[in-house]
Amino acid sequence: MKTSELIAALAADPIPEPVRIGRRIVAALALGLAGAFALYALAVGPRPDLSAALGTVRFNLKFLDALALALPSLMLLARLARPEARPGALALWLFAPLALLAAGVAVELIVVPAGEWLPRLVGHNMRYCTTMIPMMAAPILMALIWAMRAGAPQHPGWTGALAGAASAGLASFLYASHCPDDSPLFVATWYPLAWLVCAAAGAWAGRRFLAW
Amino acid sequence: MAAPPVEDASLDPWSTMMKAAMAGDEGVYRRLLTELGRSVRAMARAAFARARLGDADIEDAVQETLLAIHLKRHTWDPGQKLGPWVNAIARHKIIDAMRRRGARRMEPIEDFEAFLAAPEDEDRHALADAKRLMDALNPRQRDIVQSISLDGQSIAATAARLDMTEVAVRVALHRALKSLGAAWRRSVS
Repeated sequence: MKTSELIAALAADPIPEPVRIGRRIVAALALGLAGAFALYALAVGPRPDLSAALGTVRFNLKFLDALALALPSLMLLARLARPEARPGALALWLFAPLALLAAGVAVELIVVPAGEWLPRLVGHNMRYCTTMIPMMAAPILMALIWAMRAGAPQHPGWTGALAGAASAGLASFLYASHCPDDSPLFVATWYPLAWLVCAAAGAWAGRRFLAW
Repeated sequence: MAAPPVEDASLDPWSTMMKAAMAGDEGVYRRLLTELGRSVRAMARAAFARARLGDADIEDAVQETLLAIHLKRHTWDPGQKLGPWVNAIARHKIIDAMRRRGARRMEPIEDFEAFLAAPEDEDRHALADAKRLMDALNPRQRDIVQSISLDGQSIAATAARLDMTEVAVRVALHRALKSLGAAWRRSVS
């Protein structure tokens, strides 16, 4: 087939329905969050002392950490749907959740006696935490990958990892209300482990489904 | 969150052509793809030469780029110039083609915009035939693509000959073009 012939075929192809990636991402978020929330309602649920916990700094910091991961990841993801896009300064915001965690850990080390450090770090349910965050992230990640298939990201693997990070942030936000461990020592150790699992799954899915 | 619009995007002739094409002007679209193809060809040729890869797959890279431009044209922001967007797609596809040829180390590829002034016409010889292309299609799809591209028949004539509705021919053509893209992708990995 000569190039001029291919061009004739392309020109004869009808105008596509307009694709709006931003809208697709919003729709994916709605779908994915519904899935994650269903899982939360069925299998996880809020912790019994939720109303008392709401007044404490450590508890609320977990939600802030989760949002600090989810928001920049999502914004960057939407930007990278275009092939010519550059991450730019927005990528620096991905360090925000890590900086928040580090600051929390530093304060915790100061205000809590050394003998308490290890028990707080180990916490009560690290295994549940590192499995349930990726489980709740899975429907969000799948929906985001579906949305991004309409895009043309320059680096499918990295873009997929970003989708994984966004889903991890949102799943952590839900999970945080169940998790009985509030110490930054626990959060900074186990949450990022769950985030890494999600990012790795996203990178795999990106290479598999976002290549174009 | 898109980057601020380039000041003279509205004066960029290619952006104007792409807008007309996306509004349904087939003639303009054909001319635009032909012009873009010439510059992409020059870009690919320079990249292949720099990597000492010979020029056997250059036309494949050009056709893959044009197909990607077509299938992904909704990712272009009409407030921006078309050139940088085409550049990103062409670079992506040229790198794919070079990997397939066994290139390990990627030399920097010059920007698409550097080739605007030095377009290259389609090679009239055997090289211009991209080999893999039609193998990816099932017989029906091949028939439709061939009828429209090789034999220059209109959608209406093709529909009449194959006893299909025009809508069905258009849908089949679109599916065929998408499976071409998918087939090329598989050949990379």
